[in-house]
Amino acid sequence: MSVNWHEGDGCQGACCLRVSDLGVTVEGRTILQGVDLHIHCGQIVALIGPNGAGKSTLFKAILGQQPHTGSIQFERSGGKRARPRVGYVPQSPAFQRGEPVSVLDLFAAAISPWPVFLPVPRSLRDRVSQCLARVHGETLIDQRLGSLSGGELQRVLLALALEPLPHILILDEPFSGVDVEGELRLLRLLDELRRVFDLSVLLSTHDFSNLCDYADKVVLMKETVLKVGPAREVMDSPEFAQVFHLRLDREGA
Amino acid sequence: MALWYSLVELLPFSWAHGLDFMKNALLAVLVISPLFGLLSTMVVESRMSFFSDALGHSAFTGIAIGALCRLSDPMWAAAVFALVLAGLFTWVKGRTHLQSDTVIGVFSSAAVALGIFLATLGGGSFTKFNAYLIGDILSVEPAMIGLLALLLLAVVVLWLCAFDRILLSSVHPALAASRGVRVSVQEWLFTSAVALTVTLSMTWVGLLVINSLLVLPAAGARNVARNVRQYHLFSVLIALVSGVAGLLLSYALGASTGACVTLVLALLFALSFPARRT
Repeated sequence: MSVNWHEGDGCQGACCLRVSDLGVTVEGRTILQGVDLHIHCGQIVALIGPNGAGKSTLFKAILGQQPHTGSIQFERSGGKRARPRVGYVPQSPAFQRGEPVSVLDLFAAAISPWPVFLPVPRSLRDRVSQCLARVHGETLIDQRLGSLSGGELQRVLLALALEPLPHILILDEPFSGVDVEGELRLLRLLDELRRVFDLSVLLSTHDFSNLCDYADKVVLMKETVLKVGPAREVMDSPEFAQVFHLRLDREGA
Repeated sequence: MALWYSLVELLPFSWAHGLDFMKNALLAVLVISPLFGLLSTMVVESRMSFFSDALGHSAFTGIAIGALCRLSDPMWAAAVFALVLAGLFTWVKGRTHLQSDTVIGVFSSAAVALGIFLATLGGGSFTKFNAYLIGDILSVEPAMIGLLALLLLAVVVLWLCAFDRILLSSVHPALAASRGVRVSVQEWLFTSAVALTVTLSMTWVGLLVINSLLVLPAAGARNVARNVRQYHLFSVLIALVSGVAGLLLSYALGASTGACVTLVLALLFALSFPARRT
């Protein structure tokens, strides 16, 4: 695996993530090849493509969990090289309703060495509360994971990904299982977070309805990057029509 | 032990003045119950109730191997075999898309078959292994109670050092991995702890009670717990109450201790059921 956090070129001194010629092969099967991607801090970039296009694999590579060829470089403003902190919001699992794990338990287990089966100290509880405040979710602290709605769970997982504060925030299908209101709330929150913390936000989605409103850049993928640009430009492109042609035919019928 | 014996003599029971085997059994129950109460929380959380059953049955294979190698105490061969099995199980589970109950089934049946094959090789009989199924807590000796207490201490230390990571790995493996937790290592640590506990306590506790003690305390606790602390508290309490009540009942009624403990566990589960959170 080669994850090289050294100075890249072409970021013009701004903080950015650059993926160059990235390839992933698993058991002889090519999952990704020749992936080039350039993301500036403060941008929201949406990754779209059919299932199996390699979106989650790309995320794993950026997280350092997937052996790959090519390079992933990150530089802070001023061209200073750095190893980026990556916050990851995984696809929401369907927790059992009887799950006896509260939001406080999840946070305490993830952000501190304190064993969560013992009474949680006041200071740790306050810290968790502050983390949840970033997503306006302080009231969720004592809720069990199984009792959260899809939107609430996404906000909790988002708050967890923001501690410690990352340079790059990755969200894997954040809108699946979230209702329309929850999706709009999540989008407003992401917009607020990237402005306040100057984060790069990289998310994958199958929901194209709001793409034009929030995504600074849309990346169409299928094994490699097929098209990059503003949402409207990508969705009007022949590449988009080709990748999603069955769907368009059906919608047009 | 002398201190324990004199303490027990303060209790208002007829057996408290004489029957040493009951005093030993009571102490063993007080050690075993919190041990299983703790492990139970993560066995249920990780959906591994079937795994302890598989481990128990495959321990026969280890005992058969130990007997073949003419070890003085084949239990240690069973412990090593269970550890190897736990390691292999974790390794295979991390490299397949099969559900864990399917992988457990594969290991369980293969290990049991190997055990029966080795035990009956050359016309041997399998009946000598039946004692392990039922167990006999009344025959537990002070040295064994000491070993079980060490095991409890080891599990408490594991819980203090690694519980958060074990919990995260079970609740959300991808999230745990993204935060630098090595999920397969945590799974291996936990399965090894269960493997050792099942094998070392099997002779005295019996498989029936082991499986009920690994599943029912946490199952009952899940009905009422709102967080991980309550989950642990209720699980350990249910295990303790059932262990002690089961032992006393078995003495009073002259029935199998294992069956009595299991029936009290089932009763407590039934009592907690109406209070379950929906």
